[in-house]
Amino acid sequence: MQITLSINGETRSAEAEPRTLLVHVLRDHLDLTGTHWGCDTSNCGACVVLVDGEPVKSCTMLAAMAEGHEITTVEGLARDGELDPVQQGFFEEHGLQCGFCTPGMMLTARALLNENPNPSDEEIRVAISGQICRCTGYANIVRAVRWAAEHEAGATAGEEAIA
Amino acid sequence: MAATEQRPIGFGRLKRKEDPRFLRGEGTYVDDVKLPGMLHGAILRSPLAHARIVSIDTSAAQQHPKVRVVVTGRDLEGLGLAWMPTLSADTQAVLATDKVRFQGQEVAFVVAEDRYAARDALELIEVDYEPLPVVSDVRRALDPDAPVIRDDKEGQTTNRIFDWEAGDEAETERVLADADVVVVTQEIPFQRVHPAPLETCGSVADMDPVTGKLRLWTTSQAPHAHRTLYAMVAGIPEHRIQVIAPDIGGGFGNKVPIYPGYVCSIVGSILTGRPVKWMEDRTENLTSTGFARDYLMRGRIAADRDGRIRGLRVDVLADHGAFNATAQPSKYPAGFFHIFTGSYDLEAAYCSVRGVYTNKAPGGVAYRCSFRVTEAAYLVERMVDLLAAELEMDPVELRMRNLIRSDQFPYTTKTGWEYDSGDYHATMREALRIAGYDELRREQAERRARGEHMGIGVSFFTETVGAGPKAKMDIAGLGMADGAELRVHPTGTAVVRLSVQTQGQGHETTFAQIVAEELGIPPEDVEVVHGDTDQTPFGLGTYGSRSTPVSGAAVAMVSRKVRDKARLIASAALEVAPEDLAWERGRWFVKGDPEQGRTIQELALAAHGTLTLPDGVEGHLDAEAVYDPPNLTYPCGAYIAVVDVDPATGEVRLRRFVAVDDCGVRINPMIVEGQIHGGLAEGAGIALMQHIAFDEQGNCLGGSFMYYGGRWSLEVPDWELGETVTPSPHHPIGAKGVGESSNVGSPPAIVNAIVDALAPFGVRHVDMPATPGRVWEAIRSASGTAAPPR
Amino acid sequence: MQVPAPFEYVRASSVGEAIDLLERLGPEARLVAGGHSLLPMMKLRLATPEHLIDINPLAGELGDVREEGGEVRIGAMTRHRDVLESELLVRRFPIMRDAERRIADPPVRNRGTIGGALCQADPSEDLSAVCAALKASVVIRGRGGDRVLDMVAFHRGPYETAVGDAEMLVEVRVPVRPHGGSAYEKVERRAGDWAIAAAGAALWLDGATVADAGIALSAVNPRGVRCERAEQALVGRPPSEEAFAEAAALAAEDCDPIADQRGSAEYKRHLARELTHRALRRAAERTLAS
Repeated sequence: MQITLSINGETRSAEAEPRTLLVHVLRDHLDLTGTHWGCDTSNCGACVVLVDGEPVKSCTMLAAMAEGHEITTVEGLARDGELDPVQQGFFEEHGLQCGFCTPGMMLTARALLNENPNPSDEEIRVAISGQICRCTGYANIVRAVRWAAEHEAGATAGEEAIA
Repeated sequence: MAATEQRPIGFGRLKRKEDPRFLRGEGTYVDDVKLPGMLHGAILRSPLAHARIVSIDTSAAQQHPKVRVVVTGRDLEGLGLAWMPTLSADTQAVLATDKVRFQGQEVAFVVAEDRYAARDALELIEVDYEPLPVVSDVRRALDPDAPVIRDDKEGQTTNRIFDWEAGDEAETERVLADADVVVVTQEIPFQRVHPAPLETCGSVADMDPVTGKLRLWTTSQAPHAHRTLYAMVAGIPEHRIQVIAPDIGGGFGNKVPIYPGYVCSIVGSILTGRPVKWMEDRTENLTSTGFARDYLMRGRIAADRDGRIRGLRVDVLADHGAFNATAQPSKYPAGFFHIFTGSYDLEAAYCSVRGVYTNKAPGGVAYRCSFRVTEAAYLVERMVDLLAAELEMDPVELRMRNLIRSDQFPYTTKTGWEYDSGDYHATMREALRIAGYDELRREQAERRARGEHMGIGVSFFTETVGAGPKAKMDIAGLGMADGAELRVHPTGTAVVRLSVQTQGQGHETTFAQIVAEELGIPPEDVEVVHGDTDQTPFGLGTYGSRSTPVSGAAVAMVSRKVRDKARLIASAALEVAPEDLAWERGRWFVKGDPEQGRTIQELALAAHGTLTLPDGVEGHLDAEAVYDPPNLTYPCGAYIAVVDVDPATGEVRLRRFVAVDDCGVRINPMIVEGQIHGGLAEGAGIALMQHIAFDEQGNCLGGSFMYYGGRWSLEVPDWELGETVTPSPHHPIGAKGVGESSNVGSPPAIVNAIVDALAPFGVRHVDMPATPGRVWEAIRSASGTAAPPR
Repeated sequence: MQVPAPFEYVRASSVGEAIDLLERLGPEARLVAGGHSLLPMMKLRLATPEHLIDINPLAGELGDVREEGGEVRIGAMTRHRDVLESELLVRRFPIMRDAERRIADPPVRNRGTIGGALCQADPSEDLSAVCAALKASVVIRGRGGDRVLDMVAFHRGPYETAVGDAEMLVEVRVPVRPHGGSAYEKVERRAGDWAIAAAGAALWLDGATVADAGIALSAVNPRGVRCERAEQALVGRPPSEEAFAEAAALAAEDCDPIADQRGSAEYKRHLARELTHRALRRAAERTLAS
């Protein structure tokens, strides 16, 4: 079937079987390989993308089910070549090692900060609790998200943190 | 740490050079490789743990319109590829011919036009199995009536693989029998676990039918060793094999061995003339690729009543699965288990290890540790705590009394290993300071009085990393020395080529910093090339924390060669004798006249220019080095875990974790700390959750992330780190390797903490993983009540 | 990666259309909402429907939480996240938040629905126990109209409910009764895992005594969810530790756990008692605070 998706603000089409998972349409049909996969049971979260701004495991969603929704992948995080504060935060705080979980982690962080510009460490840990990182032990991911919160355009979190 | 520290030229907290591509989703992992005309492979696996293959009918699968080829073990026999050598001088079936020997074993390989069709075709293959009795319990593997799993091997009449020992048995028995000592005996299993990197294993094979060249993109931690083994196995000339390990989504030892799937993708490409991709799913990863540990250990430790530890004995039954595919130096069937003597100055020590076959997946990889060091450290650190309990002595005090003193280094252990350096007491004191140990004990007493169960666990470990000296260590006959090549271009930027390869450890940054430290070329001007055997010198790969100890040394040495050559060029340029030149970082200058000098960048241009060079000095500013380490390096650490246990449910909360590591000189402290963080989380996973379990029929019970997982973000605390620095005396920059230490030291600290919390119930030991059920059962069996008091 | 076997995909734009499609396509058709139970089963090829009817377009029609006629009505397509964050549910039935915050993880909760969870009827699933403890009813719609069933009639056992061919669950109704309190207690091996054992409890007081109680277990009770003997043991008595202990013991006696990787049957039975006791205690605290 023809599947038409809105990804990172662009309309993209692919010819795929109805059973095709969203992660495979992104990766195999549309060459958006920044979205990864790491399990079969929707436990690891390497495949997380945003669907209408909410983190969703793209290995457990049919591509057909994503029609009519706005999808954001890691490739859509930077704007005009400028890194999103979340991306910058992962760089500054060594929030990634092998980089495999990183796209999903950053998208979840982006969704969190959109709703809660000044999350506590506990809230950050809850937000990423459906995603496995085997490298970092999570502490630097938490710091990375906090860095992003403190450096968002117009952020007040940083000032509060300093105060 | 501040986000805006000055960017260092050499060692220091440099942000990672490799990050930008990952941050933008532009890394290239194996499954991202897409070649024109590429086909997709999938593997049919055995549902049974032990069965004779009566027949395989692939005709329906072959009829599938999208299927190009179906390969069975019989087909591979024709090519001489049905069996392959393992890294432990055993053989392993690529695709089963006679029998299947573990659940999940490879039986047939389908190549189809897309990955969905390849999966569909697996459903169409009919295999008729005749079930055989299963050896699932390692304790029964050597029973007289146990079925012989490896009846394919001539002369193999039991399931025994090897017997190995170290130390002095008679002397150890004498000490254990001494009338004045207290002896504690305990069975201590280290359960089967799996490294489970987030990216599963896979490969893309592209055999060019015209040139005969094989390109193989693969999830490999050891691309050069893999290239050599493929040449030996497949008979493809080694110069026509290019192994590319692109970005790798974590390895942790899982990606050291060669797996049947890689070989199948090569065969598929040869048969179809097209590139073939194979990527295993998570269940395949957990049920068929290299597991770790699975050591059933029985320890005996003896001490004088005043707490002087005198002797330690351990006897191990090692479950190696159906094929002996452990990845470790050839002469060390139990890896570096010798280090079970730990960090203590003992009078006598002895260990024996018996390796056996069972109907389980093959492996025995060093999962985020050097070979079998995690098992050894867990054993000794549990035994010391058991002893402390028996002596009614604080576990820190007992350790402080027995740790090797700094004036004893280099220290030769009772198993013959020479520890290079350390100040164990200082490291322990730093951990106690950060944790506020005395205050924690006071808090524990108060909570106990209120009926709460808080536990404090301590471990002190010594690792043995950086394999290894060529004279002693090889893998499949390949010595464990690493090459490095450095070229400084005319404009003063440089390219350094490594044999080791990153799975996330930050090689592109750390190795640039070593060149920067040695030559004064800013790290951003140093390109690190790795992961492609056509582009890099030979070396044995990244595992056992060997990158910095071996390749790091090679890069320091090759940088020094370039520096020495630059001196000769400077002497020509400045018209002075080389002996009259002195070095400051990035520049040779005239002794007594520091204004007169040349920077390394100026010398690079001169080396490629028209300057007349002294006799015997060739042009350009390049060098090569091969580093053969004189010894292993011995990082150490003192760890303290704090847990709260709910005895009514068995739930354990890891509240705090203090880790003080001494890994010698830290090249990039940010990366070092990140490595320690990661190992701590994995160690916590092993202590509390991770287990590849089997039922009596050999069915794997841990085959997905639903059942097998590490720790998630909510289950680990923010790590509290500290450091002491005792440089390695024999490493060119004094570094020791650190990527795995924290995975070695953390399981015993956590288990010791849990047992400490449960001491009021009389609990002596809890097996890993300490799941709520296990903890509750331990309390119940110790206290003899169905419902423990609250 | 594991992938589902082929099927035909069709989207339903209304409940009526979904029911028509179920009727037309027959028993080999399945509804898919969040998909987080069904798709993993399909990847393992334990489920191989020929037709998948996507009811996500009904999220508007069936995604509402509102109070009406002495009941809180929760549309079957209400996502876990919306159940978790509903102010109305938190105020009326805190047991919902207790349970929801520990169901899977945030991305899964963004997709999974209450109707999907109840209809999957996984024996370790949490919301069946929550709804049973609250004495909720469910609305099942078919060609012939609506049927309203209580949880005991609805939940027939593991993976089995009263939803018939060409029927779908459209709503969950929870009665609002005075002086109530509720709580959910769960032990799991790791955050977001299925329960080793879990207990939900609801209490309604009449002055100083228990007027009614709801107790339901998850993961230890393959035959049903409610513990009626334990509930009866509380009625007419003050909400005391002694009464809770007695009810908890009855709940543990009446459950039927099986040993698996998560724990021994004995341990799970112990948890059933411990968690029932804790849930009752917390429900009572909330009753008194309300």
